[in-house]
Amino acid sequence: MLALQGLVAGYEPGLPIVRGASLQVADREILTLLGPNGAGKSTLVKAIAGLVPITAGQVHLSGRDITGLGAHRLARAGLGFVPQTENVFTTLSIAENLALAGFFLPSHHQRRRVAAMYALFPDLAERRHTDAGRLSGGQRQMLAIARALIPEPRVVMLDEPSAGLSPKLVQVVFQKLVEIRAQGVTLVIVEQNAKAALAIADRGIVLVEGAPRFVGPAQDLASNPEVARLYLGRRETA
Amino acid sequence: MMDLVWLTLPQVIANGLLQGSAIALGAIGLTLTYSILRFANFTHGETISWGGYFTLTALAALTPWIGGIGKWGGLTFGWGLVVALGVGVVGASLLALALDRLLFATLRRHGSAITLVIASFGASLALRNLIVFVYGPESVQFTRELVIADRWLGGLVRVTPDQLAVLGLSAALAVGLTVFLRFTTTGRAMRATAENPALAQITGIDTAHVVRTVWVLGAVLATLAGVFIGITAQLRPELGFDLLLPLFAAAILGGIGSVPGAMLGGLIVGLAESAAVEYLHAGYRNAVGFLVLIAILVIRPTGLFAARG
Repeated sequence: MLALQGLVAGYEPGLPIVRGASLQVADREILTLLGPNGAGKSTLVKAIAGLVPITAGQVHLSGRDITGLGAHRLARAGLGFVPQTENVFTTLSIAENLALAGFFLPSHHQRRRVAAMYALFPDLAERRHTDAGRLSGGQRQMLAIARALIPEPRVVMLDEPSAGLSPKLVQVVFQKLVEIRAQGVTLVIVEQNAKAALAIADRGIVLVEGAPRFVGPAQDLASNPEVARLYLGRRETA
Repeated sequence: MMDLVWLTLPQVIANGLLQGSAIALGAIGLTLTYSILRFANFTHGETISWGGYFTLTALAALTPWIGGIGKWGGLTFGWGLVVALGVGVVGASLLALALDRLLFATLRRHGSAITLVIASFGASLALRNLIVFVYGPESVQFTRELVIADRWLGGLVRVTPDQLAVLGLSAALAVGLTVFLRFTTTGRAMRATAENPALAQITGIDTAHVVRTVWVLGAVLATLAGVFIGITAQLRPELGFDLLLPLFAAAILGGIGSVPGAMLGGLIVGLAESAAVEYLHAGYRNAVGFLVLIAILVIRPTGLFAARG
């Protein structure tokens, strides 16, 4: 579904943060990207989403080369992205955020998608005329995910969807992600909360210094003592 | 003394609203470009001048076909001006797009905000001198027809039909623009781009297209302001420069990015200037406008209609 080959990307020319990342994400898979701070996880998904310049390598979505396409074209090509922060338009209402997210769809299709998002996130439906800037952290995250889902993307990448949320809300958000995958959407999740992410993921990748270091089934990574010690914040007991 | 103040007050208000409506139109364009392009665009004043001069030139060039400026009832203009205005709008829009393409787009990629501001100041100087080079330093008018002002409120206020028309059209434009920004997809895309350009892009919005739309919209409003001033007063090369400070005052007063704010800010600055001219001295005109600006910003630093969120 989504394939990277030798991807090199960074904010400044000659200073790559992502250094030769290659990976494959299968259809309807949940892949989680883990790693220490500064490993290049967020930069990698931003580069795929068209927000950080790619200097080498290729990105393919459903077999189509999408390397270097503008972010707005990627959104229309079936690639959704939920940034970690500032991921909703705070001066627009919930309804306006959702309407804008599907403005390029035929109007009947757009209405159907908005209705589907209200069904998936009933909280948003109740507050549809509220400005997004007045929502709680959890509601904002739900709106950000709904915004990315409106155009019926094949792949959605989420950067730290649990950041700033209470443990209870993290559970709710991750449960929604499982539901979204069940609807046929492939998910790539960048997470610091490795335990929660691996619990719902099929596979995990540990990124170190801009390149994959460990790749494997989520359960294997969660039980790998080296990965756990170095990147998942667990200490070995004597 | 107080009797005199009360007697002249209606005329002062009328003059202030008229002056303020032109300032408001310019300030709306300025506030839109500022909120999306994130820099103080000093060329906006010159776009007002050039829009007026482009329209005047089109009127002269097209007169054999359109029969001059035309006449609607008591107004000094008609269909002829509308046709010329269309050409003027195209000219001003192309000028704004050319400035963006040749100057600002490059600086946005490689320069800082202060570089953009200084570049826009330099470009405004060049554009002003180009007006003198092309049209000469003297003031020009759309029509030399003598207009008798109508008396209103028992003779306390004298306003020409042209002035009333300009006031009504300015108000209608401000309302129309507010509706456009609030309820159309393009308007929402502009608001979204103003708030968060990166998020706008990943939402599928072509922000480069939004930037071009903002330049064109700003140029349309600037041209209308220039023509409205040309109809009710006169066009001169310094027009844009003289308007620049009141425009910024109105945009900041209203709250950057707010169309109703820029409209109200323009009217407040216009009223303050009109009162200064009548009750103090014409030399205090700009100073009083800024005193009002400072007073309101001390009470509400984000302006009257700061963007929500």
